[in-house]
Amino acid sequence: MRPETETELAELVAGAAGPLRIIGGGTRDIGRPVNGEVLSVAGLTGVELYEPGALTLVARAGTPLAEIEALLATENQRLAFEPMDHRSLLGSKGVPTIGAVVAANISGPRRIQVGAARDFALGVRFVDGRGQVLKNGGRVMKNVTGYDLVKLMAGSRGTLGVLSEVSLKVMAVLEAEVTLVKRGLGAAEGVGALSAALGSPFDVSGAAHLDTTAEGETRIRLEGLAGSVAYRTKALQDGICAGWENVEGEASANLWREVRDVLPFAGVNGEVWRISVKPTDGPELSAMIAQNGVEHQAIFDWGGGLVWLLVEGAPNAGAKVIRQQVDICGGHATLVRAPEALRGRLAVFQPEPASVAAITGQIRDKYDPKGILNSGLMGP
Amino acid sequence: MHMPPSDPTILARKPQIVARLQAVLPKGAVLHDPAETRAYECDALAAYRCPPLCAVLPGSTDEVAAVMRICFEEGVPVVPRGAGTSLAGGALPTEDSVILGVARLNEVLETDYDNRFIRVGAGRTNLAVTGAVEADGFFYAPDPSSQLACVIAGNIAMNSGGAHCLKYGVTTNNLMGVTMVMADGEVVEFGGPHLDAGGLDVLGLICGSEGQLGIVTEATLRILAKPEGARPVLIGFDNSEVAGACVSDIIQAGILPVAIEFMDRVCIRASEAHARSGYPDCEAMLIIEVEGSEVEITDQLERIIAIARRHNPIELRESESEEESARIWLGRKSAFGAMGQINDYMCLDGTIPVSELPYVLRRIGEMSVEFGLDVGNVFHAGDGNMHPLILYDANKPGDLEKCEAFGAEILKLCVEVGGCLTGEHGVGVEKRELMHTQFTDPDIEAQMRLKDVFDPGWLLNPAKVFPLEASRARRSG
Repeated sequence: MRPETETELAELVAGAAGPLRIIGGGTRDIGRPVNGEVLSVAGLTGVELYEPGALTLVARAGTPLAEIEALLATENQRLAFEPMDHRSLLGSKGVPTIGAVVAANISGPRRIQVGAARDFALGVRFVDGRGQVLKNGGRVMKNVTGYDLVKLMAGSRGTLGVLSEVSLKVMAVLEAEVTLVKRGLGAAEGVGALSAALGSPFDVSGAAHLDTTAEGETRIRLEGLAGSVAYRTKALQDGICAGWENVEGEASANLWREVRDVLPFAGVNGEVWRISVKPTDGPELSAMIAQNGVEHQAIFDWGGGLVWLLVEGAPNAGAKVIRQQVDICGGHATLVRAPEALRGRLAVFQPEPASVAAITGQIRDKYDPKGILNSGLMGP
Repeated sequence: MHMPPSDPTILARKPQIVARLQAVLPKGAVLHDPAETRAYECDALAAYRCPPLCAVLPGSTDEVAAVMRICFEEGVPVVPRGAGTSLAGGALPTEDSVILGVARLNEVLETDYDNRFIRVGAGRTNLAVTGAVEADGFFYAPDPSSQLACVIAGNIAMNSGGAHCLKYGVTTNNLMGVTMVMADGEVVEFGGPHLDAGGLDVLGLICGSEGQLGIVTEATLRILAKPEGARPVLIGFDNSEVAGACVSDIIQAGILPVAIEFMDRVCIRASEAHARSGYPDCEAMLIIEVEGSEVEITDQLERIIAIARRHNPIELRESESEEESARIWLGRKSAFGAMGQINDYMCLDGTIPVSELPYVLRRIGEMSVEFGLDVGNVFHAGDGNMHPLILYDANKPGDLEKCEAFGAEILKLCVEVGGCLTGEHGVGVEKRELMHTQFTDPDIEAQMRLKDVFDPGWLLNPAKVFPLEASRARRSG
């Protein structure tokens, strides 16, 4: 099924005889395998409104992300939350869509500074499990009219409704960028430097430590007006980052594409976990997981708080140990890349405490009473 | 404005209900004498007031849970209250409701600079959150004008913004986790010091739910390192539309000031009489603030001033000292109070696309003539969040009704041009009946279904947010 309009989409959902598997570009197959007829949103395309002076863009959910990025570039603007492209990591093909970026709350390294996809989503239109067209939010920056279903839809991965349109806040591309790079720090030391930089007034827009090479690499990004970036670079190099090397322009951008898309784990055997914890817990978490027998490589983004783990050869992708350790420090872990059979057996998303699961279960029942929308995708 | 009739069976049981509440709370934490509860009869939307059944002031999450269990068992509506600064009637009680004030939950529970968060009791004032961390070079970004008085619980309930949210976002963008007491007294944690949700973003739903889903007792908030400096520039224009165009040009040029505030002549004059900030006497004035290092401030201001000059400003003044900056902001922050010196006023909060500013300002001017009521405009221009202040005389029969009708027309206009009814104050009782101008019946139903999940008996702040007719069956169920 590939509707071309929102009305068709609503009719298809209302008339669905059984479960549906909702996809945009199909490049991010994350979650429990879903049975059901494929409902592709890729036919709902087109930018409906773009007002550079109001920093707003409204597009149908199936609009290719690349098309939106190209349009924004003509006005020197961008999606500031830096959505990850999963194709290299997951080995998927296809065309990422803007709807999926919102539906899965996909953000990148700049999330630590400016916020996630959910923070830039101003409004949504969607079709719920009854086939009802609904809207929430709008196209203005500040809007507290009624409940914020935009946040609820962002990250619900098609389990509450099928997005038909999203409106987003966009931002200017900044004039200059510099990355400060240091090799040879251990994870704890590297993340310590990231914390110090993020706690400085120098407006860090990327903070990552990669443990994927023998010596490790720690990176701090500064963006803004050229004079300001130069000043802040020097300020950091005079203190927290004494002796760090600078990388500028396109070379700097490449370093962050590597972090954003988790490229060190692309095309390499093994399962990949994505874990969100308190930043200073990242290195300790990784050490405890290793101590408990699950060998891995780690990339720490978001100042240490976003931990990507590549696990190879551990039974069940090391799920037991990893879940145990994440429970100890608090946070959540998602098994982003694993063979379908394994994702069928294991909880892919963080199991919720019973009190929270009772609420989210009922929310799903309210929006998808027949249980036909990506049923079980986010399930335990 | 109507409120649903009170339940006489609850009023009849007042002594038992008060006794049960007194049994679980410390002495002095249950106010039930009408003289004691007078302060809880209204919030900052003072045109409407009503005595509650009683008011309780618990001092811990456990005490809140105990209160909620009792109210749940007794079927008594609960109206959560922060500092009572709501401009939308969010804390307006009914006679059969218990006001649950969280102001005593005001402790700092944890401060973590390495991870850039603070955990506080939800009754802590907004300014006292920054107060707890500023000596160490940090601040909490959302800054509603009432920040000296308003508390975090209310900020979360209304998803409050402020002047500086152009850069830093509103409450929902700075809220990491909450401890919430559910309608039946169960205590549940959502989020925490890590980023984003592992499953559904329930925290995102809670923020802005106007106290209808639970009682937030603790909050984990993102704190940020304070920039090295900040400096405002004042720009006066002889025409509001030109000021609006200047805002749009600045934003499109890729400059991101932390605040762009707009005041019109009515507000400028009122504020000058009060705060003496040295504002120019002109049709429209912008206060644009940038921050960062000296290099960055100078660079940004140069660019802003170059753009402003293209719009022929009649005054352009960069602040030259900390003291002058403080005085410039004092005028803006006291604008509401200054307007109150002129007459009673109603403060609106609609948001519009920035590109529609000139048109909407012109229409408001025309409507002001039609309704025969003066309007002052003072608002966050960078994000299109308007605050028209309609002046009226509460002692003049019919004036309030005329003012309400005028206000409703302005809000409908905001929706018409692609905006919304409320940008940061919330719906409360004030804009409840206007929800239909922005939402279809199914949109409203979809929101009410979420309240059904958290509060199946509709006991929490029940007569708010949704049009009374739309929520009636649920409230009386």
